[in-house]
Amino acid sequence: MSSDVFLRPPWEDLARQHQAVSFGMWVFLVSEILLFSGLFAGYTIYRSLHTEGFLAAARETNIVYGTVNTAILMTSSLSLAVAGNAARAKSYLLAQRLLLVTMLPGTLFLILKGLEYREDIERHLVPGSAFALPQQGAALFFAFYWMMTGIHAIHVSGGLAALGRLVIASRRDTAWLSGSGSEQATALYWHLVDVIWIVLYPLLYLAGRNYG
Amino acid sequence: MDDHVGLWDIWRAPLLTWIGLCLLLATTCALAYVPLGQGNLPVSLCIAALKATLVAWVFMRLSEINTLNRLAAAAGPIWIFVMFLLIGADYFTR
Repeated sequence: MSSDVFLRPPWEDLARQHQAVSFGMWVFLVSEILLFSGLFAGYTIYRSLHTEGFLAAARETNIVYGTVNTAILMTSSLSLAVAGNAARAKSYLLAQRLLLVTMLPGTLFLILKGLEYREDIERHLVPGSAFALPQQGAALFFAFYWMMTGIHAIHVSGGLAALGRLVIASRRDTAWLSGSGSEQATALYWHLVDVIWIVLYPLLYLAGRNYG
Repeated sequence: MDDHVGLWDIWRAPLLTWIGLCLLLATTCALAYVPLGQGNLPVSLCIAALKATLVAWVFMRLSEINTLNRLAAAAGPIWIFVMFLLIGADYFTR
């Protein structure tokens, strides 16, 4: 299949269309960043009001899960970036394989997150009547923890679905890796999910480690 | 594969970036256990900003896109800066 079948009005050539894909994705990603920024702002305000409670609560998150999951997401970003380079070098088989490889750490991230959530629930770290920590503000910290990581996990799931679609489509026709702009858009989305986790990691897992 | 592009060319920039990210991850994790007083949060956030910039610049190819798209990408950090400036206005002017 020729790449030209992916050309859509009002663009006259694929190069311009790809620029538009990139522009549209960046505008969308900025809206995503601002969604998380609202949560970051709330976290900042409540942390300044309940510093002791936030630091005590942050020490209760599992830093091993947090750190390993950070490394896992960074590794998935590596394989996806190389897949993009391979597609641009017309090495489509390598690109297809690396797209599939990218899905493995993404899936592993969600599995580890699920195990971490199970541990958190068993330790009564869900805000409510049975919440385990007595410090003022600790429940607020965990409200942010569940909200931020939950929304992030939904984004990882969405990214995996987009990657899966691209894997299937590119197996039918490698033009999906060169002409459609799908590889470009999917990669931008996945890397943003990585960036958001990079910011969540110090807020939720590193805070309060040298305290008490 | 394109004759002019070797396997190392495909891997080089992402692999070097990933190594840098891993080193920064190890650094920020280790520094979290070092008592820096009020400095722990700014240090960890600076390292996070550096990691995010590396991902954006290399993996998201911010270094290669045109000015219009760079401006679109810059809108995020700019508005976050404005929001936190306004949030901190009371704190900083006390």
